[in-house]
Amino acid sequence: MSKLNTRDDLIALRKACKNALSLEKRRIFVCGGTGCVAGGSINIYNRLKELMEERGLPVDVDLVEEVHHDERVGLKKSGCHGFCEMGPLIRLMPQGWLYTKVKLEDCEEIVDKTIIGGELIERLAYKQDGVVYARQEDIPFYKRQTRLVLENTGRVNADSIKGYISVDGFTALEKALFEMTPAEIVNEVKESNLRGRGGGGFPAGDKWASCARQKEYPHYIVCNGDEGDPGAFMDRSVMEGDPYRLLEGMIIAGIAIDSEIGYIYVRAEYPLAVERLREAIRKCEEYGILGDNILGSGKKFHIHINRGAGAFVCGEGSALTASIEGKRGMPRVKPPRTVEHGLFDKPTNLNNVETYANVPMIINKGAKWYRGIGPENSPGTKAFALTGTIKNTGLIEVPMGTTLREIIFDIGGGMRGGTKFKAVQIGGPSGGCLTEKDLDLPLDFDSLKKVGAMIGSGGLVVMDENTCMVEVARFFMSFTQNESCGKCVPCREGTKRMLEILERIVDGRGRDGDIELLEDLADTISNTALCGLGKSAPNPVVSTLKNFREEYEAHIYDKRCPAGVCSKLRRFVIDPELCKGCTKCARNCPVGAISGKVKEPHTIDQDKCIKCGACQSNCNFKAIRIES
Amino acid sequence: MEKQFDFTIVDQILARHPKSEISTIAILQEIQEHYHYLPREIFPYVAREIGIGEARLYGVATFYENFSLDPKGKYVIRCCDGTACHVRGSQAILDTLRSDLGLTDGKKTTDDLLFTVETVSCLGACGLAPAMTVNGEVHPAMTSAKAMEVLKDLRAEIAKEEKGE
Repeated sequence: MSKLNTRDDLIALRKACKNALSLEKRRIFVCGGTGCVAGGSINIYNRLKELMEERGLPVDVDLVEEVHHDERVGLKKSGCHGFCEMGPLIRLMPQGWLYTKVKLEDCEEIVDKTIIGGELIERLAYKQDGVVYARQEDIPFYKRQTRLVLENTGRVNADSIKGYISVDGFTALEKALFEMTPAEIVNEVKESNLRGRGGGGFPAGDKWASCARQKEYPHYIVCNGDEGDPGAFMDRSVMEGDPYRLLEGMIIAGIAIDSEIGYIYVRAEYPLAVERLREAIRKCEEYGILGDNILGSGKKFHIHINRGAGAFVCGEGSALTASIEGKRGMPRVKPPRTVEHGLFDKPTNLNNVETYANVPMIINKGAKWYRGIGPENSPGTKAFALTGTIKNTGLIEVPMGTTLREIIFDIGGGMRGGTKFKAVQIGGPSGGCLTEKDLDLPLDFDSLKKVGAMIGSGGLVVMDENTCMVEVARFFMSFTQNESCGKCVPCREGTKRMLEILERIVDGRGRDGDIELLEDLADTISNTALCGLGKSAPNPVVSTLKNFREEYEAHIYDKRCPAGVCSKLRRFVIDPELCKGCTKCARNCPVGAISGKVKEPHTIDQDKCIKCGACQSNCNFKAIRIES
Repeated sequence: MEKQFDFTIVDQILARHPKSEISTIAILQEIQEHYHYLPREIFPYVAREIGIGEARLYGVATFYENFSLDPKGKYVIRCCDGTACHVRGSQAILDTLRSDLGLTDGKKTTDDLLFTVETVSCLGACGLAPAMTVNGEVHPAMTSAKAMEVLKDLRAEIAKEEKGE
């Protein structure tokens, strides 16, 4: 491939790619997201390729614009389809069918029946409540989504720059380079009211404008891909599934604020994202879309990748830039803000992955169009990672303002195993939990703030009645305590004290006054900690105390865990009616806590019992139950 | 520490990066990828080469969770204990692995340097919860029984290699 030296070169290549794409009458997308890869999708991809070649089908892995052959079958590794629960997934075009839970053994049938024969294999299609959904778009999980940022993930070859170009990739970049002034770009983003998707919801256009105004140079573009919230993987999907869109957004931002260098900070736990981004950057450089003279426009832009090394606090702006500089990732006191003194102490525009990924469509379709989606103050869509004890886990995208009820019950399919919904944790360890009464709340930046929660980066962890909220609060506190960088006292010492109190409560050693002490500490920490991590660390405790105070009280005063989760508060008891005296439990008890005569009901000595549950899992008569 | 440390690998890594502070993390990452930990000998050497204080380099190495100053096992098993995995029972998997290998929260690597068991905050594979990785490869929807199967397979692999040698 020779370099694209002008805009016309790119337009000509796009035409050729579109033509090649239209010649591929049949196309197969094997999901290449982390989830499906773990389920063996790469082997499935290779097997399909092998089988098709054996049968003499011309396989087209990347778009080859020179060859004309209308029998070709396109075989692509796509980004994450989002429906991780049902993986590995395969999408078949032109029918738009989605095959779920595909195994290596299914490949032969897929090639012979579906690809050659054009026939649906019903066994592999998604089923819900007795209905077979062949087409991906008809599946309830997808039907209620609005996929804009994620429109390409699952629909293009994530590895291929030509794939991206064929679906109108880089048209926004063209417009930004050749038809708009930097000020016009900033203004368009400002007009769109795009708000930062990393959690804060700060208007991106205002940030861009204030960075562009800075007199000191160089200006830097930084992309926060340190998606650290446990239970969140929206940015991972964009980086893995549509890396070129992120790069396009960053280059446009670079033009807008007069910057020539960009950095993407990706967390260490996302090796596939790093690999795909590296390849995408290399391809963009080869094609002249990144470099010293982008498409002959005279504009310069280079992008570097920094891998994180496992520190949650690096998701905070000033800690992130410190980490790129090769230092310990610790936040500093603000102001000055990052736009004034950011990376290498220079003006820096820092946005997260999803924010940059929104930019190309805003430039292409205009601010007015964008503002037409979702509520006025929080326009656009938001990607959410839907996880926990819900039926359909995965990645979804909905317009801002969608209610939790629609997300959890219509898209997520409700609780798995028919249990009862209890709470949903939104915004990760910095967020709060919402309950039944909040289900009809529209999800946008401002509505959530009013009830003491936040959208955060977009993790939604759903919990059912079998979840102990005190234990969940302890879990989050142990997370933030572990991730506290130690720079400021309120966070370093305060979270430790809060964790100690929570630990003793779940261990059955809670004391009168503990709840009040927790509240007091929470208040001090959120008012005095240095950075967002510390300030928001008490949120999970505060919100569980607000919604589930009685659970705390049960643990402290009755030494009882209502959900039966906290092991120290569990009692295993044998039902004398059901016990047959088979002695199996006594033989399996590792501490000899069970006694009784053969063929007579046994008993458990609660003082000796270590609550390991071995007796219960070995009982053939379901005679052992947990009392809490 | 009487044996002379061979800096050939470290030199190769240093040659790939600009010799300044901004390369610190990338250099440490590559050294760790090779040795599976950061040998103490590299600290004065790397600090001198990139022109920062030894204490500063040590400060970076101890700040980030991923760096280890102790040798790790041949197989590094990382159990995800993110929220999604936690509410789907990841603790039991961790307990099973630890008790089988005789490890604890404080002792993460077996004495024969074959296995390291760690927790990780979130692998971002929440759709597959509970998840764990073995040397980076993701194992989805784990149970205690499946974790034991994985250990069994790894042990078989080790036995096979030993026979081969």
